[in-house]
Amino acid sequence: MIPLEHYLTVAAILFTLGVAGIFLNRKNVIIIMMSVELILLAVNINLVAFSSFFGDLTGQVFALFILTVAAAEAAIGLAILVTYYRNRGSIAVEDINMMKG
Amino acid sequence: MNIVTGFFYLFSTVLIASAVMVISARNPVHSVLFLILAFVNAAGLFLLLGAEFLAMILVIVYVGAVAVLFLFVVMMLDVDFAELKQGFLQYLPVGALIGIAVLVELVFVLGTWFQAPGELITRASAVKPGVSNTQALGQVLYTQYVYFFEISGLILLTAMIGAIVLTLRHKVGVKRQDIAQQVARTKETAMEVKKVPSRVGV
Repeated sequence: MIPLEHYLTVAAILFTLGVAGIFLNRKNVIIIMMSVELILLAVNINLVAFSSFFGDLTGQVFALFILTVAAAEAAIGLAILVTYYRNRGSIAVEDINMMKG
Repeated sequence: MNIVTGFFYLFSTVLIASAVMVISARNPVHSVLFLILAFVNAAGLFLLLGAEFLAMILVIVYVGAVAVLFLFVVMMLDVDFAELKQGFLQYLPVGALIGIAVLVELVFVLGTWFQAPGELITRASAVKPGVSNTQALGQVLYTQYVYFFEISGLILLTAMIGAIVLTLRHKVGVKRQDIAQQVARTKETAMEVKKVPSRVGV
């Protein structure tokens, strides 16, 4: 049996890679969204690992909801990206300044 | 080393390696393909943890839907990705620094973590022995968490409507069916009676 800490370490490394990916690819929105998916995957691994080791199904239910929200987020984000590309002809993050926010 | 340990290290190594490739690949199509590999390996980890339902859902939802959506968008947008990649080396020190800081903090959390005595009594929905993972999950999801389940369905509906509204585009000059216009036709606008002289034709 693998100890819980090993799963948590894998999830921590994955989370870190996701955060670093956001900082490294600051111009490419698609890679940033993939990094967000990696972060959510790391959270899911944590939840499922705790759920499995404590024998409590709540963690898996929560992971299921995170999966749902992540899928919705990816769909909406990519739709916004397609609309943005249609209007501006670019997907660089720096060009997203139309609203002067 | 038994077979479970071997598979754990195989899955986690490939998972982390493909995550590195996702954030560092030059071509975004390769990034998406490595993302798929990462999700498949995470599904393997879920299988090792005994969460078979979530593992299969991860493969179906992520590999089958989300990653294909990413692939579709990456291939549809005609973007010069080499130009977007330019700041990579410039941001590398900052990104690595923040990554290492986050990792160290997480390791500190892991090092001091312990399980409180008697914690298992507080379990909200304990696993029943002899029930398969999918069945147990369903028994919890459709009773205890049924409102959350319905709300997640509404979230998906909102996302679907939002994605359609955002990307739907009405082109002018395209012939398409207008049902209101069809229904509004009357005998006067639709028919015309012509006087045709005998032996002449129309």
